[in-house]
Amino acid sequence: MTNSATVAPLHVNAVSTDFDPYADDVLDDPYPHYEMLRELGPVFYLSRYSAYGIARHAEIDPVLRDPVTFCSSAGVGLANFHTSTPWRKPSIILEADPPMHQRTRKVVAGLLAPAAINKLRATFEIEASLLVDNLLDTGSFDAVKDLCEAYPLKVFADAVGIPSEGREKHLLPYGDMVFNAFGPVNERFNTCLAKAQDAIAWIGEVCQRENLTPNGLGMQLYKAADDGLIEPDEAPMLVRTLLSAGLDTTVFTLCNAIVSFGRHPEQWAHLHANPAMARQALEEVLRYETTFHSFYRTTTREVEIAGVPLPNEQKVCVFIGSANRDPRRWPDADKFDVTRRASGNLSFGTGIHGCAGQMIARLEGEIVLTALARRVKRFHLEGKPVIHYNNSVRGYITMPVSVEAA
Amino acid sequence: MPQITFIQPDGTRRSIAAQPGTSIMQTAVANAIPGIIAECGGAAMCCTCHVYLDETSVPFVAPVSEVENEMLEGAASGRRENSRLGCQLILQAGVEELIVHLPSHQV
Repeated sequence: MTNSATVAPLHVNAVSTDFDPYADDVLDDPYPHYEMLRELGPVFYLSRYSAYGIARHAEIDPVLRDPVTFCSSAGVGLANFHTSTPWRKPSIILEADPPMHQRTRKVVAGLLAPAAINKLRATFEIEASLLVDNLLDTGSFDAVKDLCEAYPLKVFADAVGIPSEGREKHLLPYGDMVFNAFGPVNERFNTCLAKAQDAIAWIGEVCQRENLTPNGLGMQLYKAADDGLIEPDEAPMLVRTLLSAGLDTTVFTLCNAIVSFGRHPEQWAHLHANPAMARQALEEVLRYETTFHSFYRTTTREVEIAGVPLPNEQKVCVFIGSANRDPRRWPDADKFDVTRRASGNLSFGTGIHGCAGQMIARLEGEIVLTALARRVKRFHLEGKPVIHYNNSVRGYITMPVSVEAA
Repeated sequence: MPQITFIQPDGTRRSIAAQPGTSIMQTAVANAIPGIIAECGGAAMCCTCHVYLDETSVPFVAPVSEVENEMLEGAASGRRENSRLGCQLILQAGVEELIVHLPSHQV
């Protein structure tokens, strides 16, 4: 682990560190490393990647709320689109700035707002109930494949309205690549990209109008194009956005919930006794084991963060997973406590680029946790969950569990 | 001290003393007012601090911004003419009271 002994002041005016946020041993347990980063100061410099970094809530929140100074159009990974060619055509919502961003966001946010997605609740609840019944019949299963992947692959992909065939094979590898791209172009990303060519072709195909169900979220984007709210060629791009942003993240959030409750049975006991707390408990999972750990913004001018001057065109790594464990913001930050009021955590970002799908993600998470809380007395982790190494998101490949039915 | 008054759908009223500069959402959360969830923490991103602003309070708050306007369209309990996001309603200096009505549900 990097420590203060390897730190030396540089011309960059911020404390410099050779810390590698993407090393396997960091991803295994990032939290002690985040503490080290927070203690370096409000701003530091990642010398391996020639990027600045911020890891405290107090700096991250205002940076995310200032999209003019800290832009997204230069990419939200390490690569600067102003100076290098992106691996795919940039997203017209995620990797866009005002005023274009506003126009696109309005369409997507409308699709995913509470009133709109409440129509999905009944279907989501039925599917969760069926899935949990089956898992309880089995008694022991792989929580990743059989629960955390199975549920969003069914309900979210159905909601978007893509064909069933090929989902398991292609959707998750595609998302894996998208989220690796929010870090450096390292071996992890290149291996993933090489393996994902079939997935890229498949995604391109299922996002076409003729392959979408008539009333799904995907088709509604084509209807928005028919109404002139977006350009015709933007509809398939935004369907792609729903699929890349909305699936792996929810899968991993559910994984992080199960692993957290598996390791803290007293917290599960609390939720089991009070299933109505599921939504609040999910918020604490998001804070405690954040799904999306880090991404970047790019400075559009010379600017100071907490008195530290940064030049123009600098990449700034935003350590969300650290902000959510910052003891300056959260009392007993390293304690998993479902009774805590965890809202205000930065798991979905904040400001104009805050996750447009956060309410559907919460809906899925709340419904799965509620169904489990009603029927499962206790989870047992059977062996060590196997981490899924990714440059920006945190989840698992496999997690054998057994459950005691209530 | 100025105050914010919350009126529940069943008519129950509760008035909370509040400092100028704080939002209705912050005051509700700090005092555990039922019906204000505020999942996004005050970024106008989740629409779970939706309130109906009493007509007597309309002159004392800033108008609806474009971002707020879009979010309100997705309010779970339905948008009305006086719909606002509690996180965007700031108690301004010199205002004695803001009154808001809570919706039946937020998600």
